[in-house]
Amino acid sequence: MTAPKKILIVDDDIDLLEQASMLLKSEGYDVVTAGGQEEAEEAILSVIPDLCVVDLMMENMDSGFILCHTVKKLYPETPVILLTAVRSSTGLDFTSRSPEAGSWVEADAFLDKPIRPEQLKAEVKRLLAARGEDH
Amino acid sequence: MEKLKLLIVDDEQPMREGVMRALRKYTVSLPYAEEDYGFDFSEAGTGEEALDVIDRTPPDILLLDYKLPGIKGLDVLDHIIQRQLDILTVMITAYASLETAVSATRYGAYDFLAKPFTPEELRTAVHKAVKHLILTRQARKFTEEKRRVRFQFISVLAHELKSPLSAVEGYLRIMQTRSAGNELGAYDEMVRRSVTRLEGMRKMIMDILDLTRIESGQKTREMAEVDLRDVARVAIETAQPPAQERGISIELDSPESIFMVADRGELEIILNNLASNAVKYNRDHGKVTLALSADDETVTIACTDTGIGMSEEETVQLFKEFGRIKNEKTRHILGSGLGLSTLKKLATEYYGGGVKVESKPGEGTTFTVTLQRRPAGSEAKA
Repeated sequence: MTAPKKILIVDDDIDLLEQASMLLKSEGYDVVTAGGQEEAEEAILSVIPDLCVVDLMMENMDSGFILCHTVKKLYPETPVILLTAVRSSTGLDFTSRSPEAGSWVEADAFLDKPIRPEQLKAEVKRLLAARGEDH
Repeated sequence: MEKLKLLIVDDEQPMREGVMRALRKYTVSLPYAEEDYGFDFSEAGTGEEALDVIDRTPPDILLLDYKLPGIKGLDVLDHIIQRQLDILTVMITAYASLETAVSATRYGAYDFLAKPFTPEELRTAVHKAVKHLILTRQARKFTEEKRRVRFQFISVLAHELKSPLSAVEGYLRIMQTRSAGNELGAYDEMVRRSVTRLEGMRKMIMDILDLTRIESGQKTREMAEVDLRDVARVAIETAQPPAQERGISIELDSPESIFMVADRGELEIILNNLASNAVKYNRDHGKVTLALSADDETVTIACTDTGIGMSEEETVQLFKEFGRIKNEKTRHILGSGLGLSTLKKLATEYYGGGVKVESKPGEGTTFTVTLQRRPAGSEAKA
């Protein structure tokens, strides 16, 4: 049996952090949590995540984007899921990957908040499997 | 000195010269503007030339002769109106008839000046025009700024209200899918957290109502003699349950009574905010001291806690709407970020006072609020 996959979850809302963490632990993943961009940046220096789930708006409006960029720079292979509460309120649709957005947003998937348990589990599974195939 | 662009349109060259001479060294100072205003001149001898200058470099003020060869003064005026240009026009007319003046102002001119006029009359008319122009511009800027701030407030508000909803909805979905198993006890903590988040949301809505009532000025203020000590005592009682839960003691240090003219509800907002913050951001088994004092003119409320404190940069954030200090230590503390901005608004705008904050990270914070004992306008409203 292989070691469980390590997932880093980052959210400044402790309840949403707890919920995502609980869901993914119940799926057998090894979960590490961080309460914001800075804390996550520290965490990824000692932990190499197999996948990251990152909230977009934390300390700043774009904390998630910046963190995503940092993760990709350190570990280009690690998929990142960005959680946004933005889409429904602004009408900005990140999933369409418009050319402008696609050029600088490096996330592998976007999920709307609040998280739907089944959707998050499925997305994590899909991205980890896709990554497995590359090797 | 700020320069306003002034365009003189008249077919007589000596007339244009005369106007420029009279205004060259003339400056306008206004009590509500920081800078004095001087003028940069341009001139046109015909209506056609005038339109050309207006389209290339629109002036701030236009001195426009009524009677021009070719295109008439009123046509030039019409051109400005059509394009909604921000130009203030003073009509110059040789026919000092009421009719001409009225028709010009009906077409959108601000004022008129009858030929022949003295340099002094010209300066008076220009002074009036500058005053009007600057006031209108300031008013417009203020309205736009207000609209922008309101919009920002609403979008932040929507975000802040959505966070607790997302949290509660997330827990409900976990329960819905029995993601934590079939044991009911496994869901106790989720229910507890959901209730806490909803309480926080309710508190935020109450804070917003306080703030909008104060801002709209619609709330009728009931000014009366109020004993500040009494209000403080009630605020401490309200803060007592969460304080006791964490072993925090609250002390009141006050003379027998401090009477002032105030709206009791407003004093409650101030003292409740101070007391509840001092408990929320305290350490377990910490201490809160609410010290009241007064001289003939002002009362001083000093609220000291033994809590997490904050850095100087963080204290700047404090009084902004929704301005919350976000760090490791405050993550578990719920707050709307509206309490202190409301408090400051009350203290400064209604009670001619202010708020000061002194803080040391890890040691604690003291908020000092000063209020006028007889705030301006209180007699009239009492």
